Amino acid sequence: MNARILIGGALLAVGAIVAGPAAPGAAGSTPQVAIENFRFTPSTLTVPTGTTVTWVNHDAEIHTVTSPAGAFASPALETDEKFSFTFNAPGIYAYFCALHPQMRSTVVVQ
Amino acid sequence: MDMDRRGFLECMAWVGTGVVWTAAGGVLSSRTLAQAAETPAGGDFGFVQISDTHIGFRGEANKDVMGTLETAIARIKAMQPRPAFIIHTGDITHAQKPGAFDIVTEALKGTGAERVFYVPGENDVFADGGTEYLGRFAAGGPGWRSFDYRGVHFIGLINVLNFKAGGLGNLGHEQLEWLEQDVAGLGSSTPIVLFAHVPLWAVYPKWGWVTEDAGQALGYLKRFGSVTVLNGHIHQVMQKVEGNVAFHTAMSTAFPQPAPGIGSGPGPLKVPVEQLRGLLGVREVNYMEGKGRLAVVDSTLA
Repeated sequence: MNARILIGGALLAVGAIVAGPAAPGAAGSTPQVAIENFRFTPSTLTVPTGTTVTWVNHDAEIHTVTSPAGAFASPALETDEKFSFTFNAPGIYAYFCALHPQMRSTVVVQ
Repeated sequence: MDMDRRGFLECMAWVGTGVVWTAAGGVLSSRTLAQAAETPAGGDFGFVQISDTHIGFRGEANKDVMGTLETAIARIKAMQPRPAFIIHTGDITHAQKPGAFDIVTEALKGTGAERVFYVPGENDVFADGGTEYLGRFAAGGPGWRSFDYRGVHFIGLINVLNFKAGGLGNLGHEQLEWLEQDVAGLGSSTPIVLFAHVPLWAVYPKWGWVTEDAGQALGYLKRFGSVTVLNGHIHQVMQKVEGNVAFHTAMSTAFPQPAPGIGSGPGPLKVPVEQLRGLLGVREVNYMEGKGRLAVVDSTLA
């Protein structure tokens, strides 16, 4: 019962935020994707070619940033650990967490 | 004497089954287990299930996973009668931390158990597709296997390889075919114990607490009169009986997880330190010749 109360109190409503196209001149900046509450936020990130994207794990649980197509794969990210990848080719890059495959997201590179 | 012992074990079996219906608590204490100490006769035997040791975990939910594992080992070592063997239902390591497999296999020797049978959790295989795990534990085979002990047929399955985006635990075609063959020659009265990491019933699919092709596996076991399914992964005791199949998930020795759907996801649950050991535990399973259902007794580390 205590566990329920603790967790219930920590329940956060995190809506999926869909980022619009990155502002002109954003290439070279490092937009961040938060890994939090078992979600990638924003759930879809759109960036220009050449952008380096950084993921930061804010959860107490380990997560990964894994492209099933093999484009990129982070190691296991502990709390507060980061992973970065530079997208040098346009495309739609789906990815997921290899430990929690229900966690899915996409980077759109224009 | 024998009647008394049987009577007691029968009562214990009933209590063990009773846990099914008191999922909110009602886990027997280890003292009760110790009092159960008596030497078995004939074909009777007991074995231990340990799960989700997560060696390498350093999060807030348990700063000393080695300490709680050592407590679990001490409990197993003190069990009387001696368990015939141990099965470990996966997440041996936390994210394949270097050295973690060695630490667990060495530590479990301290239980005095003659054999430990392992199946992997996703933490044990996700980084390298299972290369390290299979190299250590599969002896060149696929990793799933079966063995017989005093008339009971044990089957260890792997449902954590090849996680797909959006997917769930899965066994895969090759393993399912093997399973069908494996049980084909067995008499329907053979008691079956099936163990795997991710639950083989739909505990909470939204969190991946399900094996998508478990139905097919269980289909091969329909004709058997007694099937006991032992899983880990969810770090808490949940039980369900469906016809002749009894499903049991186990506690972790490392950290608890929230009840299904409570909170944002299935991560480590931080509780007040004085409550932690009451949410961790080990499981003893007792087989009594001639009895249909195995007695499953969960004891916490408190």
